Amino acid sequence: MNTVVEPNSFKTGPDEEGMFGIFGGRFVAETLMPLILELQQAYEDAKNDPSFKAELQALSTHYAGRPSKLYYAEGLTHHVRQMAKDQGLDGGAKIYFKREDLNHTGSHKINNCLGQILLAKRMGKTRIIAETGAGQHGVASATVSARFGLPCVVYMGATDVERQKPNVFRMKLLGAEVKPVSSGHGTLKDAMNEALRDWVSNVEDTYYLIGTAAGPHPYPELVRDFQSVIGTEAREQILEREGRLPDTIIAAVGGGSNAIGLFHPFLDDKSVEIIGIEAGGRGLDGEEHCASMSAGRPGVLHGNRTYLLQNKDGQILDGHSVSAGLDYPGVGPEHSWLRDTGRVSYVPILDDEALEAFTLTTRTEGIIPALESAHAIAHAVKIAPRMTQDKIMIVNLSGRGDKDVHTVGQLLGMDI
Amino acid sequence: MTTRIDRKFAALKAEGRPALVTYFMGGDPDFDTSLKIMKGLPGAGSDIIELGVPFSDPMADGPAIQAAGLRALKKGMSLTKTLDLAARFRQTDDTTPIVLMGYYNPIYIYGVDRFLVDATASGIDGLIIVDLPPEMDEELCIPAIKAGINFIRLATPTTDDKRLPKVLQNTSGFVYYVSMNGITGSALPDTRRVAAAVERIKKHTDLPVVVGFGVKTAEQAKVIGSAADGVVVGTAIVNAVANTINPDGSLVADPAEAVATMVKGLSSGVRASSLAAAE
Repeated sequence: MNTVVEPNSFKTGPDEEGMFGIFGGRFVAETLMPLILELQQAYEDAKNDPSFKAELQALSTHYAGRPSKLYYAEGLTHHVRQMAKDQGLDGGAKIYFKREDLNHTGSHKINNCLGQILLAKRMGKTRIIAETGAGQHGVASATVSARFGLPCVVYMGATDVERQKPNVFRMKLLGAEVKPVSSGHGTLKDAMNEALRDWVSNVEDTYYLIGTAAGPHPYPELVRDFQSVIGTEAREQILEREGRLPDTIIAAVGGGSNAIGLFHPFLDDKSVEIIGIEAGGRGLDGEEHCASMSAGRPGVLHGNRTYLLQNKDGQILDGHSVSAGLDYPGVGPEHSWLRDTGRVSYVPILDDEALEAFTLTTRTEGIIPALESAHAIAHAVKIAPRMTQDKIMIVNLSGRGDKDVHTVGQLLGMDI
Repeated sequence: MTTRIDRKFAALKAEGRPALVTYFMGGDPDFDTSLKIMKGLPGAGSDIIELGVPFSDPMADGPAIQAAGLRALKKGMSLTKTLDLAARFRQTDDTTPIVLMGYYNPIYIYGVDRFLVDATASGIDGLIIVDLPPEMDEELCIPAIKAGINFIRLATPTTDDKRLPKVLQNTSGFVYYVSMNGITGSALPDTRRVAAAVERIKKHTDLPVVVGFGVKTAEQAKVIGSAADGVVVGTAIVNAVANTINPDGSLVADPAEAVATMVKGLSSGVRASSLAAAE
């Protein structure tokens, strides 16, 4: 659709207007415009302030538990090699997990929240709001708010409140106020609308802690920067372990913050194949999926231009995914640009395939992955048997799956 | 080039009273009824019509306008049909300005160039696109101006003196001052602060300044009207429509009549404010 000239480097975006090619931008109401300009300035200042970097570094190490481990998933690797054998092949790539599930709060979300709460503090903001899908970002926001003594309001779709109960309870324990949003399908998109309405009504004291690498500039950039620690570490760790770069890296994409975090440091490593996994839901034929880049087209929502699921009148569709964290009809703008440039390929994984990977990982590795991460694992398991055994892949295990046990139990017909 | 909007404000200036700007949602509760509502507005005292384009994700709107948009979408309303609504209105009224108000995505998907051609043909005079700040002027604002359509910008309490010139730079028709930070349908703010804000904006522009967000009664319209060149009423009108609809979708009263009654009351408010200003 949009032909793009391949740039010298894939790591230079966004431009001053917050654009990644035609994607990104600042499509917000005038009320918010001065705020995002102020945020941009504050972020520029912070980036150049060694004390900001030092404080974030210290919190990452001692509070969040970084660096996260790069783990050789031997059980899963054995499994894919067995699969290959069964097909009469002798392949089976070596699979590593980047263990973001081991971070404090159980997912990659803490990386971004620590960075942004320090920004909020610098800006003198006294109230935090956030949107959440699976509740991972909500929990991380509630956590850093508790840590820094700020009140926190989390908007969460009513459907998600229902399917992610453990996380709702965690947020409440942490002192956050969870506001269920019942408009639309009651999922992440609706939570984001409501958070934006809160922000526009409380501009003086409120900091909007966006959970993904989307929204108006500078959010996609700053969230990516805070999450890039994932890829920076993974790159160093694999070089140390294997003495070379991986052949393939894979991450699940909802809004796409864990994915861009892993991908960004590898973007200019041309030998590394990069794959983003979208939620294929119940299949791409109907509307029950969230594969905005596989089945959507560029449009404008939530402050940025990006691939969106929408009808021919430009009305946004609700989409569906078994995983609340991927249940969003859009995607961060940098992913849209990476898609169009061809640097990253984006492929869908169905609900059922993700569930299967969830169970498989639990049984072969003794790790219960988040349903979001299970999408990425599912694709790894799908392609690994056809790769030779000397190939190396890194899958971002973006979060742990404790929050999903109710959903999975229900789908598998098990009583909890 | 003067537009219907420019001519209307010139006429009102001669008359010595502020404009009553009325917002309603196109296609709410259905296409035909909303056409009837629209046709009734000028007679009830509306000077300028803001025609809402429904959008699935109206991020700057409160519950009333969100619900109105969803009602319209459920009945199959679209941007195409909203333009058709305006065109049908134009068949019998060639003077009342129509300002299309909504979000960018439906226009972006329609295609900006095609949209501007069709909007002009439908008799649209101005655009208020909530999520297009001056930073994004290349998208629609500049092309709209070239097509002879006013691009009306919102100024808000967060738009400080440093930013105002940027906001006003490509604004034409009038300036819409959002009298508070928040979503549509919120409570009315202190009128003295509104008056001060209008004065502040007028230091930067000769364009008429209309004030919106929160006006519900004739008395409020009168008070705000005495401090500005116009008063926008939106949520109250949308609520008047909503109050005629049963939960099952059937009507308890005629929505067009309910809106006309409400607008007549508001109109008496703005007409009284010319007297108030003269006192």
